[in-house]
Amino acid sequence: MTSENNVPLAVQLSGIVKRFPGVIANDGVNLIVRRGEIHCLLGENGAGKTTLMRILYGLYQPDEGEISLHGKIVRITSPKAALAHRIGMVHQHFHLVPTLSVEENIVLGLSEGTGPFLQLKKTRKKIHQLAEGYGLEVNPGAKVWQLTVGQQQRVEILKALYRNADILIMDEPTSVLTPQEVDALFGTLRTLVEAGLTVIFITHKLDEVMEVSHRVTVLQKGKAVATVNTQESSKAELARLMVGREVVFRVEKPKAVLGERILDVAGIHASNDRGLPALRGVSFELYGGEILGVAGVSGNGQHELSEVLTGMRRATKGRAMLEAHDLTDCSARKIADLGVAHVPTERIRVGTVPAMSVRENLILKSYRSPDFCKWSILNEKAAYENACRAMKEYEISAPHDGTAVGNLSGGNIQRLVLARELCGSPKFVVAAHPTYGLDVGATEQVRKVLLEQRSRGAGILLISEDLEEILQLSDRVLVLYEGQIMGVVNPAEVSLEEIGLMMAGTHRQEVLA
Amino acid sequence: MKMPSWIRVERRPAPSALTVLTVSLGAVVLALLVAGLFFKAYGVSPLRAYGFILKGAFGSRLGLTETIRRMIPLLVIGVGLVVAFRALFWNIGAQGQLLMGAVAATGIALFSGIPDLLLIPAMFIGGFFAGALWGIGPAYLKVKLGINDVITTLMLNYVAISIVEWLVYGPWKGITQRGFPRTDRFPDAAILPTIASTRIHWPTLAIGLTAALVLFVVLKKTRVGFEIRVVGENPHAAQYSGISQTKITILAMVISGGLAGIAGVGEVAGIHYLLQNPLSISLSYGFTAIIVAWLARRNPLAVILTSFLFGVLMRGGDVIKVSLGLPFELVDVFNGLILFFLIGSEIFIRYRVRFGVRREAA
Repeated sequence: MTSENNVPLAVQLSGIVKRFPGVIANDGVNLIVRRGEIHCLLGENGAGKTTLMRILYGLYQPDEGEISLHGKIVRITSPKAALAHRIGMVHQHFHLVPTLSVEENIVLGLSEGTGPFLQLKKTRKKIHQLAEGYGLEVNPGAKVWQLTVGQQQRVEILKALYRNADILIMDEPTSVLTPQEVDALFGTLRTLVEAGLTVIFITHKLDEVMEVSHRVTVLQKGKAVATVNTQESSKAELARLMVGREVVFRVEKPKAVLGERILDVAGIHASNDRGLPALRGVSFELYGGEILGVAGVSGNGQHELSEVLTGMRRATKGRAMLEAHDLTDCSARKIADLGVAHVPTERIRVGTVPAMSVRENLILKSYRSPDFCKWSILNEKAAYENACRAMKEYEISAPHDGTAVGNLSGGNIQRLVLARELCGSPKFVVAAHPTYGLDVGATEQVRKVLLEQRSRGAGILLISEDLEEILQLSDRVLVLYEGQIMGVVNPAEVSLEEIGLMMAGTHRQEVLA
Repeated sequence: MKMPSWIRVERRPAPSALTVLTVSLGAVVLALLVAGLFFKAYGVSPLRAYGFILKGAFGSRLGLTETIRRMIPLLVIGVGLVVAFRALFWNIGAQGQLLMGAVAATGIALFSGIPDLLLIPAMFIGGFFAGALWGIGPAYLKVKLGINDVITTLMLNYVAISIVEWLVYGPWKGITQRGFPRTDRFPDAAILPTIASTRIHWPTLAIGLTAALVLFVVLKKTRVGFEIRVVGENPHAAQYSGISQTKITILAMVISGGLAGIAGVGEVAGIHYLLQNPLSISLSYGFTAIIVAWLARRNPLAVILTSFLFGVLMRGGDVIKVSLGLPFELVDVFNGLILFFLIGSEIFIRYRVRFGVRREAA
């Protein structure tokens, strides 16, 4: 660290603490961003990157800690105050009005000029200057809904620049872009810092960090674990910093007793919600009695894989044979009837009906079976008994079986989902982020339940961003990157560097070589 | 706006039936208070006007029976709308579905040649299917192409109005009507029986009451009712649990449109005995029923009460016209205000206001 002292600082955060009910999002974070650099904030989902930047942008108030800008301590009470300090932020989800034009969006909320009329001519001139200067081409008269996502992002950047931002925060700006748009964005960011601006870039993609940043600060579980010069670091080091952490708890894992091969996935292709390829030729097999972990940085096809295997998304190519049935041809209902359990990524939005009762949510998958339904009439007594049993067995704490699920805590909702999904002794379990956002106790219980299913002989596909969880629970780990399998490894033998590199897009053969 | 720290607005975990009832009643009372200002503007004391309305609706046998006559279409349509709303389908097209039911009934009554004994059942069945057909289109467009249901159902109202106008001015214009734009009078076998000397066509009323009861049970106790509720409360969870949103939405609109069609049969076969100008056939029943269903808070049985309330209001419109010389359209002002306050009151059902400083949760 040679020239640390004579470089002017743009932002200095010291000892930032931010608590939310049940979690500490930022736990004494220090961050130093130099003027004129692109500084990456790297970390997994939930590491506290966005929270930290929302504090800098005035959206949250820190519980403890100090913010200084250009060497002076400041209090930033709102985004308006942040803008007054010349801080701009481009959010992951854009804040634009689709029916208004680009220039109208850019001046929205500003009160310049006199009287109630917009001075669009002056505005347009200034936009043109900014757009040309920084390579942010966009037609100022176009309506926002007509623009591509990449163009909309340019409007967001222009909006910040128009407000004279000299510190620009970009929250996962590439997650919605095509590769070409990413290149253009990086070009723009470089021009911006050449012109003396400072860019803080939130990401969890190692390639981007290596390509665009000068320095990088790695966040892990709410703490800043290291700040390094990008050139002096490597992808492998960053991967280790990002995922390597102390083990919170160990689970007792009995030795695997492999059963028959139950699932045979061959050459699956599928698109994401935006119609872009998300899975590109995924093939693997799964045996009864094993947990196959799917590791990968989020957004690399894990979500689509879980949906294809449970009938919620159509594959464009390939097949997934569960015994004699091709799951890619089956409806969600058929797949559930075949004995496939699905713990979905979004347990509240997808996995439950929050306005309905615990009792009714527990029969969401089985209400048609003769146990709960005769002559089209639901058997309320059976549903009640089922609820009592499930609440006891899975320790779902709810006032009573008629309580609306929306009133339960996240842990109890997940227990309910597990109770419902695992009740019919499924052969194949798809568990997507089963412990995401849960407290320690609930996490432990969920893991225990998954291991019980494994001992019972079920084949489990465990998708998680918590690498520690994957490594602890899985018998084999499959690493996904951009919809392709980088390799399948034995968690007992793989090092964090190896798996980090595979998560960053290096094939296993190359890692070993 | 910043609130003082001792006032807090928080989400109500699960609103009780009592809360819902109190808030709804509060909204209606507020609407009536504001409507009072309109009476004032006409130089009539609001108290006197409401007195007239109550006396007109309950004060005599005629009053009560006319109230029930107005209630019948509101009940039949409202029950159906509850089902559509429960499945998250915004059916604003009951007016058109009613008219199409009326058209089908007229066609069957005048031109089918069905034997007398089967004529009325055939008209009800035909009316149900015509209304259902008018409702299925928008349902299909919504689930398959994502086209906004409010727009399609609303616009189809105007198509139905034009169809009725075309029929009564054109091919179906009655030979016996001396040039008036209406069809010939229905044969006696196509006219609904009424209770004694009233205009209460009881078969339609019976259908409405039965539908309220049956659909209440269906929604609460049956498999398909469960599916409708899941689709309405969380379409993502419906897909996740393998419930076909297409099937459920279309089913809900068959019920909703079909019942509106039956209301149309009741009006032409029980009140007018012929088809004529669409505004005379349905005094915006299809729109008023939206408020009826909304006030019933998604409960088919409660529609019996709310449709009666709006029957009183519509009867009130007749009364203030005759006794006070005020325009019948004041009823629309009532309706508008009630819907306005009802929707505004939703927030008090979902949230509550608390006073006092919050104690930090551990």
